[in-house]
Amino acid sequence: MGVRPLLPTSEAGELLELTAEIGAGELAPRAAAAEAEGAFPREVFRTLGRAGLLGLPYPEQHGGAGQPYTVYLRVLEELAAHWLAVALGVSVHTLTCYPLAAHGTPDQRERWLGEMLGGELLGAYALSEPQAGSDAAALSTRAAPEGEGYAITGAKAWITHGGVADYYTLFARTGGPDSRGRGISCFHLPAPVPGLTAAAPERKMGMSSSPTCQLALEAVPAGADQRVGAEGEGFAIAMAALDAGRLGIAACSVGLARAALDLAVDYAGTRTQFGRPVAAFQGVSFLLADMATQVEAARALYLEAARTKDAGLPYTRQAAMAKLFASDTAMRVTTDAVQVLGGYGYTADFPAERYMREAKVLQIVEGTNQIQRLVIGRELCGAP
Amino acid sequence: MNIVVLVKQVPDTATERKLSAADSTLDRASADGVINELDEYAIEEGLRLKEAHGGEVTILTMGPDQASDSIRKALSMGADKAVHLVDDALHGSDAVQTSYALAQVLKKIGFDLAVLGSESTDARTGVLAAALAERLGVPQLSLASKVEIDGSTVRIQRITDYGYDRVEGSLPAVLSVVEKINEPRYPSFKGIMAAKKKPVEKLSLADAGIDPALVGLAGATTQVVDFADAPPREAGTVVKDEGDGGAKLAEFLAAKKFV
Repeated sequence: MGVRPLLPTSEAGELLELTAEIGAGELAPRAAAAEAEGAFPREVFRTLGRAGLLGLPYPEQHGGAGQPYTVYLRVLEELAAHWLAVALGVSVHTLTCYPLAAHGTPDQRERWLGEMLGGELLGAYALSEPQAGSDAAALSTRAAPEGEGYAITGAKAWITHGGVADYYTLFARTGGPDSRGRGISCFHLPAPVPGLTAAAPERKMGMSSSPTCQLALEAVPAGADQRVGAEGEGFAIAMAALDAGRLGIAACSVGLARAALDLAVDYAGTRTQFGRPVAAFQGVSFLLADMATQVEAARALYLEAARTKDAGLPYTRQAAMAKLFASDTAMRVTTDAVQVLGGYGYTADFPAERYMREAKVLQIVEGTNQIQRLVIGRELCGAP
Repeated sequence: MNIVVLVKQVPDTATERKLSAADSTLDRASADGVINELDEYAIEEGLRLKEAHGGEVTILTMGPDQASDSIRKALSMGADKAVHLVDDALHGSDAVQTSYALAQVLKKIGFDLAVLGSESTDARTGVLAAALAERLGVPQLSLASKVEIDGSTVRIQRITDYGYDRVEGSLPAVLSVVEKINEPRYPSFKGIMAAKKKPVEKLSLADAGIDPALVGLAGATTQVVDFADAPPREAGTVVKDEGDGGAKLAEFLAAKKFV
């Protein structure tokens, strides 16, 4: 459903038109084949970078586009409606820029941030570990003092763009083994770096074009000038980045759900049974009505969270709610789209089944939906 | 190098296009106006030549007020400025008159290289490059799939049915390009912002030194005498295989002169 958005500026409208043009011209035609082959579309990210879409919410003085989250998220939604894996890649990349943009020294920003926001480079965000997923504060990758800097040793897991990234925004423990969230620091590691290797990509249920890898780190050298923020400040940075990242997942979820809805509406209008389009049967049209209502409600929720963030107010609760509701919506709507298409929906000749497989990951990444409920509950009732 | 790219706004080929019943000219209100797709390759080539050799890229458009949207898009791709020839008296001009009007503008603004797409997707006469070269008295390098500039020499590969010809000429020149030549860039968001501030000079007939008697529908050298909607597609032929399917297929293809 073509959404004519209420956008804050005319330039935002033009940005969204540009995104739609690139989405239709470069993303949609490649998505199905690249997902079937598991081919990472590096060139597509270069196209997005050259168009200026890889640093939208960051200040212009650092090389970004100075767009509010209400606009950046609409762009993500538009990208996701054409190809979820690419939109998620943009969301992850944007996340990797946050620590340097918000906590880097002027010198660090000068050195690295320009080409990160300018789209020449693609980043990976390395927080999770095999034994530290939802409980990220339990991470055990260690950055031990070594000369003037550090030597980082350990393992990271579920790293989007692992092995193909141009740099890693990585979190490692600089405090003692029991220091939990207080002993974690953030590092900027341009790739390739000796000692850092990516394992073969995970064989996932969907999103096969986007490599997700374990990383092994063996005494990876990092200078003191590659630490972003103070020692021990890393966990707070990671959590702040995740709040923003959750909004990205919410917007991607709405984009995917929108694509599934459009497909279902289109099919229901042309598929004829008992002498009329199946959309003429309430059993189908009510299903479509519920799908559309949920999509719009999810969009309203992420936009409200974005407005709160743009106003500089705390938005942890709203971000968690948006991510929870939008990703559950994506799961429901894509499942219903398969139902509307019937037998065809279950075949790989239509994208409905791919959308359904892709939706599942949205309930898991950047905090499972159970963790989102934990966050919301904590915000309501105070820390346990 | 002073590069002028000629850009035409045409109705979007993805929508239904019509002629107006009143005067058999294009019904511009019935479809969205977009940059002639083939002109995007000319814009891209102009930008690449500027990036390689320096200079400036000017967009030249003849068309009604709404063509300014297409001019803005060309500027957002990276062109430096634009000249918009806009005058009600131009309405209904045919290819011969259009080449006169645009040649007058090119004489006025000056150029080292005028770059065009191979044709427009609406009128499809494909004669503008040749007509401009003739009127301006400069070499025409047409249907280029590759362009090199060396000093004041332009060398192109001109696509042909059998491969390509190598053609060279000296600047100033008129160049037309084909789709094979490049992959047009998307505008960037920064480009869109910057385009708002780029100069667009609007010229009337008088500004450009164009004789009103030599343009417009009344004096057009060609006339559309009649037109009709394209016939709907006919149903296809189904060849049923009853043991002789192959022979029937071959007969069908032979009858249509495909084999």
